Amino acid sequence: MTPEGSLLAAVDLRKTYGPTTALDGAEFSIHPGEIVAVMGPSGSGKSTLLHCLAGIVTPDSGSITYDGREMATMNDTQRSALRRSEFGFVFQFGQLVPELTCVENVALPLRLNGSNRKSAERTALQWMERLEVDDLKGKRPGEVSGGQGQRVAVARSLVTSPRVLFADEPTGALDSLNGERVMDLLTDAARSANAAIVLVTHEARVAAYSDREIVVRDGKSRDMERVV
Amino acid sequence: MSIGHTLLGLLESGPRHGYDLKRAFDEKFGHDRPLHYGQVYSTMSRLLKNGLVEVDGVEAGGGPERKRYAITEAGVTDVQRWLATPEKPEPYLQSTLYTKVVLALLTHRNAAEILDAQRSEHLRMMRILTDRKRKGDLADQLICDHALFHLEADLRWLELTAARLEKLAEAVIR
Repeated sequence: MTPEGSLLAAVDLRKTYGPTTALDGAEFSIHPGEIVAVMGPSGSGKSTLLHCLAGIVTPDSGSITYDGREMATMNDTQRSALRRSEFGFVFQFGQLVPELTCVENVALPLRLNGSNRKSAERTALQWMERLEVDDLKGKRPGEVSGGQGQRVAVARSLVTSPRVLFADEPTGALDSLNGERVMDLLTDAARSANAAIVLVTHEARVAAYSDREIVVRDGKSRDMERVV
Repeated sequence: MSIGHTLLGLLESGPRHGYDLKRAFDEKFGHDRPLHYGQVYSTMSRLLKNGLVEVDGVEAGGGPERKRYAITEAGVTDVQRWLATPEKPEPYLQSTLYTKVVLALLTHRNAAEILDAQRSEHLRMMRILTDRKRKGDLADQLICDHALFHLEADLRWLELTAARLEKLAEAVIR
């Protein structure tokens, strides 16, 4: 049974890769505008959980519902549309297209959704201002620092006003100060847009930006709010 | 660290004399600070008075009488409550947390759950500090950072201990 009012929920997820069990009955739920940290040691299944929740990986069994719709009943095109319009993604490395300028990178999801260049770049620039990287609009990713590049990536993840943002170790490649700045801006921007964040991290200082945490170990999840 | 709870936990595996309790305590937890006999006997008399242990037998010998203590049901409940309640996050918690984890393993309880509950309590405190830091001035930020780094160090220890539970179990249950 999914928790009442949840935007995205998973029940009894199982996934194996050959002889390796990645998920073994994992559960998850997130409400609109909520930030949930997914913690656990390396290899515990937390990234697989994120990929299943985002519709990137199909679980072997179990149920995932997004906004009351069962993901298993959607075809590839519908899942792909969901990822483009309702979900945003921030990863640790290599997200920006090196040949495009920063503003073109941020505008890219809107362009893929059919917006014209002018309108897409106008919206992109608004998000870049919020992430305090608008002065980098004409630069290419190779010309900006790691922290700046990550803020550009965050702006891009939010440009379509997603309802759920999936962030997998978003500060993993940054030093403490830059990581903190990214988290401040990321969570402020998401909260003001009422976007929920699924925040996969092994860093406690990053998890401290969440409203609650779930712990994944050996493919099983534990919702600490319901335990403590 | 609560010596009373630790001695109670050690009694869960079976009745022991005061001397055996001291030896088990020193071996498992008292590397730098072994217990004095006086501490053992005063603690046992308090536990006896509170109904958490009972005298299982008395042996008369050449010297003073040797009492053998056994844990009562109320004692087991008390240990369970202590183990399940996370500690208030503060510096230098390791000896208490280490004791709780080892006792959980010795008494075949779920030590990972104790670490999970403690992680959650630490994160709760870290959320409060992170929020205070975001709303505060530079002085607040620096003060909160100091506390956050200490809590983070505790959490790293918790994670490492969680990853080593199987090895620790092999070492303590010999």
